[in-house]
Amino acid sequence: MTASATPPAAPDRAAADRAAAALGGAAATRPFRTSNSARLVGVAILCYAVYAATQLDFSWDRFQAGLVHGGRFLSRMFPPNFERWPILLQGLIESLQMAVLASALGIALSLPLGVLGARNLMPPWVTEPVRLLVSLCRALHPVIVAILFVKAVGFGALAGILALAVASVGFVGKLFTEAIEEISMKQVEAVRASGASFMNVIGFGVVPQVLGRFVGFATYQLDSNLRNSTMVGIVGAGGIGGTLFSAFQRFDYDFVLAILISIIAIIMFGEVLARLVRSVYIDGRGLGR
Amino acid sequence: MTLVIDKLVKEYQRGRPVLKGIDLTIDGAGLTAIIGPSGTGKSTLIRCINRLVEPSSGRISLDGTELTTLSGSELRRARRSIGMVFQEYNLVERLTVMENLLTGRLGYVGALRAWRRRFPPEDIARAFELLQIVGLAEHADRRADALSGGQRQRVAIARALMQQPTLLLADEPTSSLDPKTSVEIMTLLRDQGRARSIPVLVNMHDVNLARRYADRIIGMSGGHVVFDGVGNELDDGKLGGIYGGESWLEDAD
Repeated sequence: MTASATPPAAPDRAAADRAAAALGGAAATRPFRTSNSARLVGVAILCYAVYAATQLDFSWDRFQAGLVHGGRFLSRMFPPNFERWPILLQGLIESLQMAVLASALGIALSLPLGVLGARNLMPPWVTEPVRLLVSLCRALHPVIVAILFVKAVGFGALAGILALAVASVGFVGKLFTEAIEEISMKQVEAVRASGASFMNVIGFGVVPQVLGRFVGFATYQLDSNLRNSTMVGIVGAGGIGGTLFSAFQRFDYDFVLAILISIIAIIMFGEVLARLVRSVYIDGRGLGR
Repeated sequence: MTLVIDKLVKEYQRGRPVLKGIDLTIDGAGLTAIIGPSGTGKSTLIRCINRLVEPSSGRISLDGTELTTLSGSELRRARRSIGMVFQEYNLVERLTVMENLLTGRLGYVGALRAWRRRFPPEDIARAFELLQIVGLAEHADRRADALSGGQRQRVAIARALMQQPTLLLADEPTSSLDPKTSVEIMTLLRDQGRARSIPVLVNMHDVNLARRYADRIIGMSGGHVVFDGVGNELDDGKLGGIYGGESWLEDAD
């Protein structure tokens, strides 16, 4: 901008306009800025979407063919078939157990990790490795982690529990850390000033401030684990997902629908369960008694 | 009880000291008020004593124990005998009044017992006794955030006294309170200090309150002690030396 060397000295309007023009464009006289580069990016995104659609056979003809197929599929799902309910029930119970165990394990691990990752309580040489560990747990989708554990410890519920526990640490650990970093340090300072040990500072200065939110995060994670526990079975990590996958493979679509209805029911049951836990710990007088 | 502060310097940023060499001896019981403009380091001085703030140089000794070099469990042991009251009370808001009082015993009770609220019966008895003294006996199981400012500060004083301190520090204990409550809080601090024959060291803004309650007044300005005497000696000239001039412009952070 060389124009800055010649500022508009005259107060009249024409001089101001000239100065604005000299400053590289009519920005000063137009009410809105129009950006050609923004338009260009918009056009580019549109072009790429069209290109990608042709590449992937994402066309109306393909969709119509799919509709016919989908109609056949739906008709074979009805009515849902609950004849093999013992298998169904066994899978559901396994999923529920996996979700509860994984949540308990994940939350138990997240509590210390959440404290160790909090920058207001710990020095950087502690927080940074812990934060890295927690974000590693979050980096991979639970199904991918489940595949890794199936390869490592073999088929079955153990792999699923471990995979869900890792995912829980990834999310709950991060949320715990963030909750701790938002607490009032004045309360912590007062507890510290009494000569309290580190564990007592945590127990009396930190935990009371975050307990309500911790319970909220934990029940949210239980909910989420229940959902995911119905899925990791697809890769052989136990639970109802395995039953669902083999029903698909054997084209037992009426049994598939029965499984899906059961999964929806158990997820809803899980939400009721989570709400119950929350009402006991948060809404009630769960603190300090 | 003797507190000796010797050439105490604190700089938060290099080359910009807030405390520029404080020498002070507090000997025996009595209420000592520290007055001075905002930003002159009164709060820093108080916090250096129990090491909530790390001194940059100098010494502080309490009954012959050098405090500035302590660390870990030794520091915690020293803190147990120093009670502290804060401007904004710093109660653990979501704990009950009783739990807040018992916080004063956390230097003595292990985490496992404390977490399960298994405090020694004598601690609990003392807590009830102190609640009686500060006039909050019927509030023991209310949550701290349900109390008024004056009530909270009384809980905070009771919490500090739970430590059975040999020194009581108070950092602007009345600055968030109305004048009537301020008087009540100052009376409580003075009387409890006398009853336990321990020194009470109070930062304050209100010069009249300092004159009324302090056995000794220390005036600070620009990181130095500029006045040390009794209330009668604090005339307008001396006050000008503490608050006047341009001293309030320095160290305004």
